[in-house]
Amino acid sequence: MQVNENKEFRPKIVAFCCNWCSYAGADLAGTNRLNYPVDVKIIRVPCSCRVNPMFILRAFQRGADGVIMCGCHPGDCHYTSGNYFARRRMTLLFSMLDFMGIERERTRVEWVSAAEGAKFAATMNEFVETVTKLGENKRLEDLRCKKQ
Amino acid sequence: MFKLPIDKLNDFFAAVSAAQTLYLPVDGEDGRASYKAWSEGTVLSKALNTVRSAKDFFFPQTVNICDFNRNGLNIEVIDNRTESEDFVVFGVRACDARSFAILDKVFLAEPVDTYYATRREHGTVVTMACTQPEENCFCNVFGIDATAPEGDAACWMTEDALYIKANNEKGEKFIESVKSLLTECGTEAVEAQQSATKAVMEKLPFAGISTDYFRKNTLLEIFNSEKWAKLSESCLACGTCTFVCPTCQCYDIKDYDTGHGIKRYRTWDSCMYSDFTKMAHGNSRNTQLQRFRQRFMHKLVYFPDNNNGEFGCVGCGRCLSRCPISMNIVKVIKTFGEE
Amino acid sequence: MQEAVIKRAKELLADGTVNRIVGWKSGEFAYDTTPAVFTSAEEIDAGFIYNDFCAPNLSKYLIKESRKEGKLLVFLKPCDTYSFNQLIKEHRIIRDNVYIIAVPCRGKVDIDTVKATGIKGIIGMESDGETVTVKTLYGDTSIPKSETHGDKCKTCKSKKHVIYDEIIGEDGEVNDDGARFELVEKLEMMTADERYDFWRGELSKCIRCNACRNVCPACSCENCVFDNPDSGIAQRAATDSFEENMFHLIRSFHVAGRCTDCGECTRVCPQNIPLHLINRKYIKDINEFYGDYQAGSDLETRAPLNAYTFDDCEPNIVYKRGGNE
Repeated sequence: MQVNENKEFRPKIVAFCCNWCSYAGADLAGTNRLNYPVDVKIIRVPCSCRVNPMFILRAFQRGADGVIMCGCHPGDCHYTSGNYFARRRMTLLFSMLDFMGIERERTRVEWVSAAEGAKFAATMNEFVETVTKLGENKRLEDLRCKKQ
Repeated sequence: MFKLPIDKLNDFFAAVSAAQTLYLPVDGEDGRASYKAWSEGTVLSKALNTVRSAKDFFFPQTVNICDFNRNGLNIEVIDNRTESEDFVVFGVRACDARSFAILDKVFLAEPVDTYYATRREHGTVVTMACTQPEENCFCNVFGIDATAPEGDAACWMTEDALYIKANNEKGEKFIESVKSLLTECGTEAVEAQQSATKAVMEKLPFAGISTDYFRKNTLLEIFNSEKWAKLSESCLACGTCTFVCPTCQCYDIKDYDTGHGIKRYRTWDSCMYSDFTKMAHGNSRNTQLQRFRQRFMHKLVYFPDNNNGEFGCVGCGRCLSRCPISMNIVKVIKTFGEE
Repeated sequence: MQEAVIKRAKELLADGTVNRIVGWKSGEFAYDTTPAVFTSAEEIDAGFIYNDFCAPNLSKYLIKESRKEGKLLVFLKPCDTYSFNQLIKEHRIIRDNVYIIAVPCRGKVDIDTVKATGIKGIIGMESDGETVTVKTLYGDTSIPKSETHGDKCKTCKSKKHVIYDEIIGEDGEVNDDGARFELVEKLEMMTADERYDFWRGELSKCIRCNACRNVCPACSCENCVFDNPDSGIAQRAATDSFEENMFHLIRSFHVAGRCTDCGECTRVCPQNIPLHLINRKYIKDINEFYGDYQAGSDLETRAPLNAYTFDDCEPNIVYKRGGNE
């Protein structure tokens, strides 16, 4: 087992998970005892479509180093079409963040069904690794919210 | 009066800058001037004026006044003011220099605004006389002489030299600090420039506008005038005029919750905004007409009523050139003036 | 042109078709025109103008004006008609209360562009469509009109009116040569660091005067999210760089898919921030991802963010692009 030294950078990751698929997927990852980093903080939303661009920015403002949004696979939305709208929204928002020079790897969308506990864990492991490599979020940070 | 050969200008800035931070108007990539701190290679802008006014130095757009931390049942108040450093603002025009006098009346009256007072104490204002006024200038309407600006020390720039004269003790101290570069001289060159500029000033399109209406009529008559409706009808309710204005002084205090404490900010506010002076009962000015009227009543009626007739406008012309729909104080003065 | 416009305005006012007119009013100098409402022939004679200096987009005023008593007449330039259409689509203008006369536009003179050429003390200007004659305090000069256009007109998207009741003069053509995306493309080709530096440089100039928001025909919410005291950045100066970014990111996102690219935001910005580039980036992305779409060009199509297809691209398309390292 690897022991993290205090000095080592641990990113803060916010994961928006839809209630019907991805949150259940995270649950399944837990019941199956799959490992994924504790750095991931899950926020449950009724549907991926509930995620407003402001949520993503707020997460960064409040100290997140990476934000990932998980929803039902396209076609499987509990509300029929929510994730289709969310998909367009996030595509445009991520493209804009990239256009403003914010590291594009800090944001991600992943479709995780209730049966994909393994995919959830793998996605989170990979995302945490990517963000760890990027280091601290400096470009969309709000210094006021950092604890000195 | 002292003289500095123009090719020594850079040495002059370097000498000033060695002792304290020197701010001066610098052209941006888009050709618009703004105040920047001098460093080797910085070139003084030739623009008539900066887009933002010089009030920023004494009354910045945002100030973090203090912080609060909760510690059990106690609330800790942290005054995060740091020791202020001395600084020099160079190249301030006569209009902006007068605006400081107006702001002083507001912020230095009891109770003194210590944030403003500290900055005023530490700042030396070195003004620059105008030579090429533009169409939007109307400082002369408010009795400002653009060829003999106020400020701690005043400068005149000709093709081959910079002339400088102290207006007060602070200015004398400033000149003393760079004396090795200066030579004493007569006033002939400056006087020649002044009379040439004055000839242009007389021909300015707004040179003759009269503010008599606002002196002759009572507050209520002006307030209740039907003209406000027409003047304000296309106002977009943005705050551009108030934010570029050198004499607008309204501010708002807001607490920001950082998640682990509170930061208290003072930021500029604009009477054009829908939540300006919003109170527990709601808002006292609900329409744009009322908000628009507030701005001009303040500048042309309320302020003079409280300050021996001195208007709250210095005629810098910034609101004229920046208003998205070209509605401005000159149009207001003229509309009321037509009787 | 102006004579024909004034003649028609007076006729419609006289025969009772309309009871007021939304147009442009002359100012102190040739260039400072103000949108205004005219209710009589006398008022029209006193100040109504239509010329190469009438840049303000009148469509937004119709949100308020079209809800008032009686029918009004409005003069719309080609780009204003796109905003008008978009506002109708969003049920913000009562169409039946508006009589539109389309007026041609061959690009408007932007005073800041003229002043940036070094011309000072402008007390008068005249344009014959080719050359702008400038009268200044320091002598007269002239400048080709093509050099006086602001960002709004330099890359005009259309000289064709998309909605009107009658038209004065000739209608123009839609311009789809893509020239308006050139600067966006240039930015896309930069590295992320360069793009970051570019936008920090621009957005740090922002004084949060809200002119871009208040002039924007797409920003027509009764209550803006930024006017909410709980938003943390309500209507006030940005206290930190995050707020500067946040304001412009969210404002542009809120108008994404609805922005007609009228360019008013950049025209009015006192700090000369190229805000239209942010909006154009959204337009360009929408065109590339979901097919060509021009907000306001018609009344039927669904806005791209209100629509979807089963096989839309995935958000990870963003990672596959160039210009990262």
